[in-house]
Amino acid sequence: MSWINALIQGIFLGGLFVLFAAGLSLLFGVMEVINLAHGDIAVAGGYLAVVLIPILHIPAIWIFIVVVPVFVVIGYLVQRLLFQPSLKSGSLTTLLVTFGLSVIIENLLLEGFSANSHSLSIGRLGSGAFRITSQLSISYLSVVILFVAIATIVLIQLGLSRTKTGRIIRAVADDREAAQLIGADYKHVFGIAAGVAFGTVALAGLALSMYSQITPSAGPTYLIYGFEAVVIGGLGSLWGTLAGGIVLGVAATIGLVASANFGALAPHLVFLAILAIRPQGFFPKKALA
Amino acid sequence: MMSGDRVRPLLEVEDLTVNYGQLTALDGVSFTVEESSIFAVIGANGAGKSTLMRTVAGLHKPVRGRILLEGIDITSVPAHLRVEKGIALVPEGRRLFSSLSVEENLLTGFYRGRKGPWTLSRIYEMFPWMPSRRTQRASLLSGGEQQAVAISRALLANPKLLLIDELSLGLAPIVVRSIYSSFSSLLESGLTILLVEQDVSQARSIASHIHCLLEGRTTLFGGPRDFSAAEIEAAYFGIAEPNLELGTL
Amino acid sequence: MSRNLGTVSRSQYSGYYLGVVGSVAVVVLAALPYLVAQGFTNILINLFILLTLANMWNVLAGYGGLVSVGQQAFIGVGAYTVLLMAQHGVEPFLAIPVAMVMGAVFAVPVSWFLFRLTGGYFAIATWVVAVIAGIVITGVPSLGGGTGASLPGLHLMNSVLLGALTYWASLAVVLASLVGVYLLLRSRLGLALTAVRDNEIGARSVGVKVTRAKRVVYLISASGCAGAGALIAISQLNVQAANVFNIQWTAYMIFAVLIGGIGSIEGPIIGAVVFIVLQQSLARFNAWYLVIVGAVAMIIAIWARGGIWGIWANRSSTKLFPVGYFLRKPSEKKSSVLAKTEY
Repeated sequence: MSWINALIQGIFLGGLFVLFAAGLSLLFGVMEVINLAHGDIAVAGGYLAVVLIPILHIPAIWIFIVVVPVFVVIGYLVQRLLFQPSLKSGSLTTLLVTFGLSVIIENLLLEGFSANSHSLSIGRLGSGAFRITSQLSISYLSVVILFVAIATIVLIQLGLSRTKTGRIIRAVADDREAAQLIGADYKHVFGIAAGVAFGTVALAGLALSMYSQITPSAGPTYLIYGFEAVVIGGLGSLWGTLAGGIVLGVAATIGLVASANFGALAPHLVFLAILAIRPQGFFPKKALA
Repeated sequence: MMSGDRVRPLLEVEDLTVNYGQLTALDGVSFTVEESSIFAVIGANGAGKSTLMRTVAGLHKPVRGRILLEGIDITSVPAHLRVEKGIALVPEGRRLFSSLSVEENLLTGFYRGRKGPWTLSRIYEMFPWMPSRRTQRASLLSGGEQQAVAISRALLANPKLLLIDELSLGLAPIVVRSIYSSFSSLLESGLTILLVEQDVSQARSIASHIHCLLEGRTTLFGGPRDFSAAEIEAAYFGIAEPNLELGTL
Repeated sequence: MSRNLGTVSRSQYSGYYLGVVGSVAVVVLAALPYLVAQGFTNILINLFILLTLANMWNVLAGYGGLVSVGQQAFIGVGAYTVLLMAQHGVEPFLAIPVAMVMGAVFAVPVSWFLFRLTGGYFAIATWVVAVIAGIVITGVPSLGGGTGASLPGLHLMNSVLLGALTYWASLAVVLASLVGVYLLLRSRLGLALTAVRDNEIGARSVGVKVTRAKRVVYLISASGCAGAGALIAISQLNVQAANVFNIQWTAYMIFAVLIGGIGSIEGPIIGAVVFIVLQQSLARFNAWYLVIVGAVAMIIAIWARGGIWGIWANRSSTKLFPVGYFLRKPSEKKSSVLAKTEY
């Protein structure tokens, strides 16, 4: 019974990983840049909520209405002012810049909030659960997070395939010079993609601080889970990312049945095993769509 | 659609000089393109033809010289803003968006394009094979079909000036002929065409002006019938005294 | 073909001067424990550890084009090798070379996995490897589990003697890393690496075995980081997974290299010195110093790629380490440099 329980809990935990992975996948698909500060940006989103909730008197579950737009704007600005100038010196420079940003965010949070953990309390939604059987129950929050994760993936996918802006984002991802020739300002398009990526990962940070807790140094762990989900699913494939996140979640919870240590190790081992057998991931795609 | 009392030519290129690092790709090139004409740039590989087209489209910054469109200096206007000013480039190698469908590729032409006579239905009229394959990925088309989509994408931006870089490269002669035969109707719609062509006889047969480049410099310019084949040959390859009659020209 | 086309030499001056200056510097550095207070040599120990790491990361990223953010995996391997051997009665100082070998050995299978990936994916995968190594070690109770273990064998030693020995060991490791990189870059492989640094596709097309060259660099870098890890274990007398496998080590080495100048031997030396000076002078600002150093490194990475050394070297034609080639025209008797092209 505990195995079935682990399996089901894992699927829901995967939802959290998918939220971390979605923006990473999008940014790589559009710019071929990996944002090593992705996890730290999520954590910063969580801390912004911690600061804002007592000021704005908004219930924690609704704080995303403020936090996500703020991070969309931050994402656009960070792209235009920091990542874009670094792209000129090559993608390895951008990688190092995102790494620098990661260290800076982490230490700023450490200065501002100490190393103590924080979490967002959402009352009944956080503590309540669906009781399936006497041994199997699923918390309301897990269901919400998985739903939000799937909705995020679906919305990004629909946005890319059905809207005019989405079409231009894909065009820029394919060939940024040719995109200029149809009048697309690729720097602006990159900014939009970064805005969406930052917005979704802020959502991930909020989910994490409701689901468990955040510390200034929590980011990298989730960056890695997100990254593994992207690779397992296949680079640039959002549906693959969804599948990858769930595989990792299941690996984590099933590993936990053995021991706490193995729970932390199992997702990484699954990642390495898949990398060894099928380095292109489950749903490889050359570009977005 | 244009009033007749326009005094300046559509495009003026003055003393255009472009460097790639230490290398001078274009050196003091000047010419003017009159409205509703076909202007062909010829020259051997590495003569600077593509650089010229890309610079007019805004993809390269010249170190010296000016580019004027309808008398307005656009030298410092970035590439993506030249589209709404009426310049569209069909780049070398076609450069379709490989993950977009044929129709999506065409629709990108509207993104910052101008209002004008070109619509999707008119394109589909011109290329009757296109509607049935509009949902296919552009990368699955043949070379000639891709060139047709690339030209259509540029036309849908309703440009005043259409730049075409190496139209015939990699295409069957029959395809090239059919595309060129459609140009006369394009001119009637008020379009002006600046194109790069390696096939000199082709260029001479369609263009009202030819302009030959050699190692970034102008070696010859004028009407297509102003020069003998040997003179063009000399300008093309930089041979001082051509001593062979060339049947191909 | 007797016409003299000029001579090609390694530098503007002969390597002889480097040898003399270097030897004097080493003698002075080696004598320091007798001349200065232990507080100062302790700072120098940190400098040498950082310089070793920076030097190794520079070879890896600056020449091999391999941006790793997981070199802490090998720091951990080095530290735990010393711990394990000390637990079995081996003198920790003697375990340093073993740790360096273990770093390279550990890197072999890791490289099989990592070399399937490139660019950013390679970078995060190196991080994953370090995380896995940390989790695995945490699960071994005899190595202290999550809480860490103190290093046996050194506690009874006189603290002055221990400090001096640690200092000398650090000096030996940092010299080994610098000389090793210097010789590597002067070798045929170094030529290949420099070609890869400047243009990987071009290098591949003229027959450079790029992947092999990169793998060698990866192993060397792992070995050097393991050496630094061994020194960290000895200087702290304690080994804890959360410390030695911490990403902060990678932050330190990357920041030092970026500030000093990537892709030259001189850069990391300058960068490491600047980093330690900043660390010492900003120590009372806690985490702020990393924010400041990180911001400086980021700005340099974007707007001044060559770092401090690059700015300096652009103004003069000085090279501390003759690893390039200089072409001299035969007519010119003096050592004025005609073509300074570095191959």
